[in-house]
Amino acid sequence: MDFNDSPEEAAYREKARAWLVEAAAAHRAEHGEPKPTTPEHMAAGKAWQARKAAAGYACITWPAAVGGGGGTPIQSVIFSQEEAKAGVSYGYFTIGLGMCVPTVMAFADEAAKQRFVSPAVKGEEIWCQLFSEPAGGSDVAALRTRAVRDGDDWIINGQKVWTTGAHYSDYGIVLVRTDPDVPKHKGLTMFWIDMRDPAVECRPIHQMSGGREFNEVYFTDLRAKDSQRLGGVGDGWKVALVTLMNERLAVGGSAGPDYRRVMELARGLSGANGPVLKDAAFREKLADWYVNSQGLKFTRFRTMTALSRGQTPGPESSIGKIIAANQMQDLANTAVEAQGEYGILVDPALAPMEAAFQQSLMWAPGLRIAGGTDEILKNIIAERVLGLPGDVRVDKDVAFKDMPTGR
Amino acid sequence: MDFDYSDDQKFLKDEARKFLAARCSSAVVRGVLDDPARSYDAELWRAVAEQGWLGAAIPEEHGGLGLGRVELCAIAEELGRAVAPIPFASTVYVLAEAVMAHGTDAQKAAILPRIATGEVIGCLATSEGPGVITPSALQARVEGGKLSGVKIPVTDGDVADLALVLANEGGRPGLFLVDLKAGGVKAETLESLDPTRGVARLTFDGAAADRLGEAGRGFELVQAVLDRVAVLLAFEQLGGADRCLEMAREYALGRYAFGRVIAGYQAMKHKMADMYVKNEVARSNAYYGAWALDVDAPELPTAAAAARIAASDAFWFASKESVQVHGGMGFTWEVDCHLYYRRSRQLSLVAGSPKLWKERLVSELEKKNAA
Repeated sequence: MDFNDSPEEAAYREKARAWLVEAAAAHRAEHGEPKPTTPEHMAAGKAWQARKAAAGYACITWPAAVGGGGGTPIQSVIFSQEEAKAGVSYGYFTIGLGMCVPTVMAFADEAAKQRFVSPAVKGEEIWCQLFSEPAGGSDVAALRTRAVRDGDDWIINGQKVWTTGAHYSDYGIVLVRTDPDVPKHKGLTMFWIDMRDPAVECRPIHQMSGGREFNEVYFTDLRAKDSQRLGGVGDGWKVALVTLMNERLAVGGSAGPDYRRVMELARGLSGANGPVLKDAAFREKLADWYVNSQGLKFTRFRTMTALSRGQTPGPESSIGKIIAANQMQDLANTAVEAQGEYGILVDPALAPMEAAFQQSLMWAPGLRIAGGTDEILKNIIAERVLGLPGDVRVDKDVAFKDMPTGR
Repeated sequence: MDFDYSDDQKFLKDEARKFLAARCSSAVVRGVLDDPARSYDAELWRAVAEQGWLGAAIPEEHGGLGLGRVELCAIAEELGRAVAPIPFASTVYVLAEAVMAHGTDAQKAAILPRIATGEVIGCLATSEGPGVITPSALQARVEGGKLSGVKIPVTDGDVADLALVLANEGGRPGLFLVDLKAGGVKAETLESLDPTRGVARLTFDGAAADRLGEAGRGFELVQAVLDRVAVLLAFEQLGGADRCLEMAREYALGRYAFGRVIAGYQAMKHKMADMYVKNEVARSNAYYGAWALDVDAPELPTAAAAARIAASDAFWFASKESVQVHGGMGFTWEVDCHLYYRRSRQLSLVAGSPKLWKERLVSELEKKNAA
């Protein structure tokens, strides 16, 4: 039991690190450090992706023939670690390359594969994933966006929601209902679409955190060619499951300020009986946060170990988001409460640590929902890891059009 | 990255599981539970000695197998899973580890070979009453090499041959080896929450005491010993917690209520998912503890504390919620849930409560992060 790379892994890490040092310096010289959400930031992100692709560090596990690195999963993890240390990373490509483009590779026709895969790897085009709807969140298969056949075209009408990056994406994969007369899972079909089409409209969502990072996407008589279909008519659910299986290995750190930051805060804050850091109840919580953070860190190490041994990782990484999101909320709330009446302030110029804990407090509810709610994730652990039965499906044999919908 | 059991360690663990399935069934555990005259299963103890487990981490020159601590952790996980009714922790994690870490060459040569063969059962005698033992409260004392005082409770104290005793000498706390069979000692068996393990009151009246480790540093030595013990106990707790989840799962899959299997109800599924999450957090922290113990890393105090806190939490949660999943059956004597519920309390209390370890952890973090 150790934390060392194998000789091959160490050599790869060394090579990646050396490349990153030089590449990051050249990249910064050219692009500086633009503010997130600006056009300059997007341009820098695309340039960085192109640089990685040229060196074989984009889509490391994909074959070189499609522009990937022809490498192994552990090499991909090692590169991500080193890239994070180098301090250059952009989130624009995560969903496209992690979920959408693999679906295109698996289900699109030859022409579409030739057209799309390589530009996506090089960062020239960005993709988004359009699954969730107002009427289909945890129950995605209840979605209502309709596609109706019209000769060689399909005409799409409806609304998607919580689409990450829709406003800056060039293309998207969209799951729609093509047959409302069969039970919900059977009437779905997947297409790729052009997000720049005038029939597609993106509207930002005003979140409870105050920001507008996500979108609603409306389709008004959007036309898609039948050749844009991914998989068979009515096979959309199976295709969607493949998309979701392609979710990248979660190797990132936990969300928001960590236990070190809250310790630092507590050292300088006074409570009723001296510094908050000396308060027994606070210390117990601090110990729990540390233990959970370490638990997640070492769980990632166990996943890496399986990859390093050439094995399929076990299901243990499924615990990550449940713990991280809930801890983010508890830690932020404790830190805000510890600030007393002053904790209500959100101005970064006034609130301790640039209001990091106040921001974290307002983001945490979203993290507990995004990408699978706490409850859905527990169902997944129960059903896929522990092998417990699925819930009773009252809508299983009911035609979609006859399903009760409430308001 | 190689942060898991190796293939050889997995093989050892599988063999240990098979061995315990054959030799430490629920009936064997219950033999001790239901018989007030027995504090451990002597036959299982002999069998475990024959397997070489008692000396797994003892060097070959002292009659052991000379394996690493990770191998010992693998065995511990299986012993916890089987709620083994033997004084393994007191003898191997406490006494053998303490002698190996702090003993003189003569003490090692005299004691370790007899642990490996199963001749010597150990115990740790620190507590003298309710609450935490502190330097100002410590009453037991050694004068002219003779110990007097009362220790209560002492896990496995009624069956042990050699005790590790915290006592004052010349007004300064020290740690002493005391031969419990050499006279000047009275051992009385006491009833406890977990009757599958022995507990005693030890009354010393001029018993011969041989100092272990540096004079005047008794509390530091006990803590150093407990850092090692905590990691090994975490593996026993982890084994128990995993077994509780399995039992809950098996029961829920076979039990029907309101016309369907209860394992399909979300209240049940989420409960078991919660157990799984806690058990995995405990496993990951325990592995880090195993690594720190194996290589004697300077991180051992924090790694041991995190391993113990996570494992105590996981086992407590899994053992109490396993009873809940079993419903009324879980509250009966004949269903095994209570064996684990009891053992989870025994393992959490025996080497300092999780609350104490949380305080220790934060103190260590403060030292590390001192500005």
